[in-house]
Parts: sequence; structure tokens; C-alpha cells
Amino acid sequence: MQKKVFQLLVDNTAGVLSRIAGLFSRRGYNIESITAGVTADPRFTRITIVTSGDDEILDQIEKQVSKLVDIRDIHELEPEESVYRELALVKVRASAEQRQSIISVADIFRGSIIDVSPESLIIEITGNQSKIDAFLKLLEGYEILELARTGIAGLGRGIDKVLYLDE
Amino acid sequence: MNGADAIVKCLLEEKTEYVYGYPGVAICPFYNSLNKSDISSILIRTEQNAAHAASGYARISGKVGVCAVTSGPGATNLITGIATAYADSIPLVCITGQVNSDMIGSDVFQEADITGAVESFVKYSYLIRDVEDIPRVFKEAFYIASTGRKGPVLIDIPIDIQLQEVSKFSYPENIKMRTYKPTVNGNTVQIRKVIKEIEKSKKPIICVGGGVHLSDAVNEIRSFVKKYQIPVVSTMMGIGVMPSEDPLYFGMVGNNGRPFANRALNESDLLLMVGARVADRAVNRPDLITENKVLVHIDVDPAEIGKNVGPTIPLVGDIKHIFDDILKEAIECEHQDWLSLLSKYRSEMGRNSQLAAEGKVSPKEFIESLSRILDDDAIYVADVGQNQIWSCEYFKVRDGRFLTSGGMGTMGYSIPAAMGAKMAAPDRQVIAVCGDGSFQMSSMELATARQHGVPLKIIILKNGYLGMVREYQHYSYKDNYTMVELKGDPDLCLLAQAYDMSYYQIADNVEMSKTIIQFLTDKKSSILEVDVDPMYLAKY
Repeated sequence: MQKKVFQLLVDNTAGVLSRIAGLFSRRGYNIESITAGVTADPRFTRITIVTSGDDEILDQIEKQVSKLVDIRDIHELEPEESVYRELALVKVRASAEQRQSIISVADIFRGSIIDVSPESLIIEITGNQSKIDAFLKLLEGYEILELARTGIAGLGRGIDKVLYLDE
Repeated sequence: MNGADAIVKCLLEEKTEYVYGYPGVAICPFYNSLNKSDISSILIRTEQNAAHAASGYARISGKVGVCAVTSGPGATNLITGIATAYADSIPLVCITGQVNSDMIGSDVFQEADITGAVESFVKYSYLIRDVEDIPRVFKEAFYIASTGRKGPVLIDIPIDIQLQEVSKFSYPENIKMRTYKPTVNGNTVQIRKVIKEIEKSKKPIICVGGGVHLSDAVNEIRSFVKKYQIPVVSTMMGIGVMPSEDPLYFGMVGNNGRPFANRALNESDLLLMVGARVADRAVNRPDLITENKVLVHIDVDPAEIGKNVGPTIPLVGDIKHIFDDILKEAIECEHQDWLSLLSKYRSEMGRNSQLAAEGKVSPKEFIESLSRILDDDAIYVADVGQNQIWSCEYFKVRDGRFLTSGGMGTMGYSIPAAMGAKMAAPDRQVIAVCGDGSFQMSSMELATARQHGVPLKIIILKNGYLGMVREYQHYSYKDNYTMVELKGDPDLCLLAQAYDMSYYQIADNVEMSKTIIQFLTDKKSSILEVDVDPMYLAKY
């Protein structure tokens, strides 16, 4: 089993996300996370999928996805040649005494406090998955009330693999 | 011109001859317009068979089959037919009526989310929201259905869109799709590699699948194997690529195939898989197949390569184009010993020792007699069950076709598919061969054939059982037969009369050929009941 990050460029048609998700579920492929958003050209959507499987499965995922009619491109975002970012919002129970120590942990990770209530804080943190995992580990001593993670979005480094959209 | 008129115009642009379907409120505007055109509409008796009939038509005409049904139950009834076509890569355009656009999603009468429901059985689907999209959508749908790995495409059209006025109709001449670009020509480097492997090989074999028919490459394959004397085996869908009695042909592989075909495949040192999926019915342990051989996989669908089998030399493209290219090259190869060995296997392992019970008809003898009498270019449509396995084994194809539901194994396929095939080739002999179980899954279509004047020749291999399952219970459930006895079957003679058909019966081996000839030469639609030995097995 290995993890792979795929980047997809797809036609921005109705139902395209459900077609992709449906393909993964009916063929039994894993989706660890999926993010989607429109590109600078509104005709297209860029999707980042984190998936896992053995070599044959990962090869099939790439082939089966590219078979879908709406898919313009799929390629792997290789870790050393790409940047990944994920955003997490963490709501932590924080009494007046706890507040300052939580804020200093967040500071170390360049997180920002985006909501404060008498009993809680919401921290926004961005980074690759291991940074977020490390941050959450440090919060283990506190009570995490709610956690929202976006899953990663990624881009390849440099301009070598940029796909220029004609037409 | 309204949306419905526009759809009909698109079908005319695509040279559609027949639309198979069933009406309902949500598709009425379409049938109203279709009635004013030269396209014939065929009123099928249940929607599933509209897809099967369109499939039979598509497989013989080489064109896209078209069916059109109403929303809700009309659309959901169609699904099995669509899935059957998808499994065998048959090009269809399926039109479904839909409730009013502004009602979609509110569960109104006869509403079903059909694009959602068929998602895993179609190559692509459309829900038309704007009447001006009709020409583009139809152009794309026919293109997607009939190119690359072929398959069904569904177009769902709300009734209000069918009734809306079109401002300007122009049918696109070219396809402008940013994303869909199937590979046609084989990569020349890969072709070189394949040729090298053929030259190296001492024991090459080709296994042909349904993809050869779909790419219309039968002649190319026949020329290639003849030129280089390469032995051929086939999957069920590949039957008919080679004449059954060609010295180079060694039968169907797989768990229902011939033992010498499997042995040939296993002992080869080079296997060219051509237009076949290497699925479980054809190859027992696909993952082990490359242990003692080089596998070359030639297919138009890159996702099939490496899906079921280990390391291969992939060659992606249209089979006809690829073999055209290969035939231009000079290949040096020699493997006369291998051919002699396979011929020896065939004569040693080919004997059939199963005899029918005294006085009962042997399916083997019957189908072999039928084969001898049929025209050279006859179209034989086999259903699903024991009849299918017997047909695969005993029917001898010459220049005709063998059609069946191979991938999905859908019972009831033969009658509607034979009807569609007959409409595509009115001058050719077309026969449907089914069991008494599969016959009753589609017997309502006798009325369709009668209404539209399509002469049907139906052979029912009657044994009073759902024989394939009975056989499975014999082998796997210690003869605990349950749910397989067909009591209450109709009197087939009276049934034939009821539909104004001729009826013939073969109850024993006496005068078998004479009855077959009478049945085939009868001008009317006819049923031939063949009372086969109920205990005769498909696998023995």
C-alpha cells in the first residue's frame, strides 16, 4: 500500500464530481481526501485526490479516471516536485487560564486565532499534512471540540508540467 | 421547430433507420415528431428489450443502435439492457423522456434520476437543460458511443425541453470535445516490439475477443494468421472471428471452453490478446498467465491493459488499424511443430462422450445438424444458459456471426437481439436459439415481430429446467434441485398459433434435418421446439 496524490483537470460540467466519486466507490478504490475548485479559466475545475493502494491499483486508478469523458488530464503530484497544502480549523476548549498556552502553541505553527469565546478558541492552520498532524498532536493535552480539515490541494513546482489550455 | 423536432433531425443526420422503444407522457413530443419522419419506430413490449433489439441491430449493421423510452419506470426498465450493452461494448444511444425541468428532484409522478442510476453502465450520459444544446449533445453522443471502446450513451430530456422552440438548428460537422480523444493508431515502437516477439516465439497463439468484431477487423485477423500460420483461440465474444473449422482455429477458451483450447493457451510462449479483457470466464487465473509466456495485449481501451493480468507488452489502438500496419511488415517466423502439436491435442482431446438418453434429442447432434443446414452467412443469436454453452461448442460459424450476451449473461437477449439483427440484414438468415427459461423472459416480443412484420426463427431447446442452474446445483449442491423446475410452461404449439406463427417440433432424433429445413424455409415466423434430454450437461 502506498499513498499517491493525483491532480485532475476536468471539464466544469454538472455531475463531474459525482462521476469521479462514483468511479472510486464502485471499483473499490480509496479516497483519503478530495478537493475541487474552479481554475482561472472557469471552464475547468482542478481536483486533488489523495488515494492509496498497491502499484496495480494506482495504475488502474489513473487509467480508469482518464477514461471518464470529462477528464482533461490526470497526473501524479510527486512529493519532491510538488507543493501540497491543507487547511484545518480546530475548535479547542480553552478556559481563561488555558488560553495563553494554546495561543503560544498556535504561534509556533503560524496558526491564527480566528474566533474566541469564553470557553473556546478556533485556530486556523495551513500546511502540509504532516505539519497539521504534528500540531494536532501537540493539542492532545487539551480538548478538541470540533475539527474541520479540507484535504490537500496541490500544484507541481515550476513551469515544466503546466498544461496550457488552448481554445 | 421544437426540441423534439430537433432530436429527430439529429437522428436523421446520423442516418438512424430504426428507433426501438415504448411511449409515455414524458417522451410523447419526441414520438409525435418521429412519426412525421422516415425513421421507423418499433414498439417493443418491454423496455429492456428495446436496448437488446438496438444491440442486435448495432452488432450487425455496424451502426449505433437507438432506443427511446419514457421517464420513471420506462427508463429504469431499460437499465438491464443498457448494462448488457455496456458489458459487451455495444454502441447505443438511449433517449429517455424526463419530467418537467422545474419538477426535477421533487419526486413527482414517473420521475427517476436515470442519469444517476445508469452512471456505472454507460460510457457517458447527458441531462439536457437547454434546448439549444440538442444538436451538440447528439453529435457528441453518437461519436462517443461509436468510437474508442464502444458503448451506450444515455440522453435524458425533460418534456418541456422537447416542447421548447429552437432558435436556430445547425448540426455540428465536427466534434469539438476538449477531453475525449480515443487512440486509433498503434504506437509504431510498440508494434516493432510485438513483431520482434513474434519472430522470437516458438509457440505463439492469438486469443481473439469481441473487440475484433467491434473494430470490423475480422478480415485483417484472418489474413494475418493465414500469412504467418499462427494458431487462434477465442473468447465467447470472439467466436466467428475465425471459421470454426479453420485448421488454424482451436476453439473457445475458458471454464466453458474446449480443453485443447485452454491447453494451447497455457503451453504457448507468446500470447497475443486481441480485443479481449482477459476476464474470469476466459482465463482461470489471469494473474498467473504470464508465468511462462510473454503477453501482448492489444486493445483500444488502455484501462483494460494490466487490469486483470500481470506484466504485458501493451499496444493501444484500433485493432483494424494495428493489424493493417502489422500486415505491411515482413515477419520471419516458423513454428510448424507447434501447429502439429496443437492439431494433435485437438484430435485427442476433442471427443465428446456424452450421449443423450434413449429417445431424447442430443443438443450436440441437433446444433451440429442445424449448423450444416444454415446458410454460410447465417446470424446465430444464442441466449444464456446451457443453450449458450452448447451453442458456443457445437455451432460451426463459417462467414456468419455468433451473437450472445457474453459479459452480462442476460437471459432473454436472443429474441429481441435477433429481431434487431434481422432488421439490419433482412436478406440473411437470423435465428434465435434459447432455452425454455430464457424464451419466457422475452416471449412478449413475438407480438412486436408480428406487428412490424419481422420474420423470426426461434429455436427453443426445451428441457423443463433452468438447466444451467440445475447443473450448478448438481455439481455444487449435491443435486438439491430448487427453483429450477419449469412447471407451468405454456404449450408452445398453442402459443405459436396465438401469434400466428408456424410451429415445428423435434421430439426425437428421427428426421431431424428434414424438420430443420422445413422450419428454416417456412416464410412465416416460426418456433421450433426441440425436446432435449433434460439431464444433458453443458460441462461434463
